[in-house]
Amino acid sequence: MPAHIELREITHAYQTDAGPLPVLDNLNIKMAEGSFTAVVGPSGCGKSTLTRLIAGLMRPDEGQVWLGGKMVTSPRPTVGMAFQNPVLLEWRTILRNVMLPLEIVGQRMSRSDQEARARELLSLVGLEGFEDKRPSELSGGMRQRASLCRALVHRPEVLILDEPFGALDAFTREDLWQTMARLRHEEKFTAVLITHDLRESVFLADNIVVLSGRPATSQYVLANTLPADRTLDDLYAQPATEMLAILRHQIQVAQGRAPAEPQEAAQ
Amino acid sequence: MTSLRKFAAPVIAILLFLAGWEWLVWVNGWPTYKMAAPSDLWPAFWKFRWLFLEYGWQTLWRTVAGLALAIVFGVAVGMVMGFSRTVRDGLYPLLVGFNAIPKATVVPILALMFVGQHDMNTILIAFMISFFPIAVSVSIGLSTLEPEYRDILRSLGASQVTVFWKIALPKTLPEFFGALKVSVTLAFIGTNLMEIISPHGRGLGALFDSGKISSDYPLMFAVLIALALLGIVLYYIVVALEKTFAGWAERAPG
Ligand SMILES: Nc1ncnc2c1ncn2[C@@H]1O[C@H](COP(=O)(O)OP(=O)(O)OP(=O)(O)O)[C@@H](O)[C@H]1O
Ligand SMILES: [Mg+2]
Repeated sequence: MPAHIELREITHAYQTDAGPLPVLDNLNIKMAEGSFTAVVGPSGCGKSTLTRLIAGLMRPDEGQVWLGGKMVTSPRPTVGMAFQNPVLLEWRTILRNVMLPLEIVGQRMSRSDQEARARELLSLVGLEGFEDKRPSELSGGMRQRASLCRALVHRPEVLILDEPFGALDAFTREDLWQTMARLRHEEKFTAVLITHDLRESVFLADNIVVLSGRPATSQYVLANTLPADRTLDDLYAQPATEMLAILRHQIQVAQGRAPAEPQEAAQ
Repeated sequence: MTSLRKFAAPVIAILLFLAGWEWLVWVNGWPTYKMAAPSDLWPAFWKFRWLFLEYGWQTLWRTVAGLALAIVFGVAVGMVMGFSRTVRDGLYPLLVGFNAIPKATVVPILALMFVGQHDMNTILIAFMISFFPIAVSVSIGLSTLEPEYRDILRSLGASQVTVFWKIALPKTLPEFFGALKVSVTLAFIGTNLMEIISPHGRGLGALFDSGKISSDYPLMFAVLIALALLGIVLYYIVVALEKTFAGWAERAPG
């Protein structure tokens, strides 16, 4: 199966006052259509940079991003994004917040179709009845749900999530994981999830990419062996515990706190 | 109940203030040339009621014109500074220096530059004194916009202009109105400064000056009160506009 998203030999450095700061170094990742890929790595290693490259918000110094057989050179309307900060617009109701992307890319939809689509998503994430509320009237977890709806309202092919659950408490986060799994079941997209939470990556993703420290390259790729209909309880038993142990170890290697064992280093 | 309180509380406060003032003058037996009492003011108002109306209008429209100019110019400068770091770094010292000049020193210069053009002088000084807070607030509002706000639209291929209209502009409105509240008072001060200082002026400032020349102390105090009233009106117009356009920024009580 051809890759839906492909990062080819991406190398990138930021120009700072103190000179160039290499962030990504010959990074290669492939993601199949409809797959869910989690990317984990040490803090500041270049994960958000990676998302901006995939979204076409910036171009790499070297290498290319391919999306559905086309090279990404600029932003495209087939992408949806959500961040740690839900960045909802306080002056709009939740419904109008969710409909925002359609004002840019939904010209072919009638106004009532747009609204119906937004309402459908809101009820899917459990925000039925909150359509006319302001963001400030919602809890952090609810705001993040609304932000997910906004990212998906225009039926993007690619969903990019940059630590969307990072600022939530542990229980709310687990609720959101289940919401995310439900969304994946109902909607069709290829997802990239940046996260600091290894359990989150094991619960949600098919493949987990561990990035090395900065400048980051793909250090290790783990194929998730949990069944598609996994539950939260599965995270506390085999084979999840073993995968978590491997990931923990790989992160420590990436942080330079543990030696890499040759047979585990992928590629 | 709340609307009654909202209305009655300030009225009672003003009445108490006037009563205290009257009492102070009465107890000390001050003559009007030292300190006029509120009861002395009404006759002065009534005597010059048509002048008050005409000059009050003059002061009002010049202030509003100067402020409108300040809004247009301040928002434009703030936008350029908010979007370009280079412009921001370049313009900031200039703006700060300009703002630091006491405007009373600019008044005679302007009066000389545009001799006889009283309206223009007055509007210009109102503008010059009031655009700074607007420019700074808009530039700060735009430059501190979190990149994620921009990215949710940019990632869909939206232009900078779309991002500005849909997100950046509405998001800076609370800061803008905060600055406008300061600016409206400043513009008012600017207008009066010019009216008082420039010869053959019109407006409430000129009326104050003529009261000074003829040693009509009740008139001078009456002008002060009229100015205060006008200032209150202008300020609350801005507050009403803020409620309409940026009311969402207000937290629900409790
Ligand atoms: N626009 C920029 N200009 C200069 N340096 C930048 C810029 N954006 C990011 N950086 C630097 O590049 C490095 C990688 O940033 P990035 O945000 O991609 O990391 P990250 O892995 O997402 O970090 P975190 O785990 O904190 O989210 C960091 O050291 C950051 O300081
Ligand atoms: Mg990041």
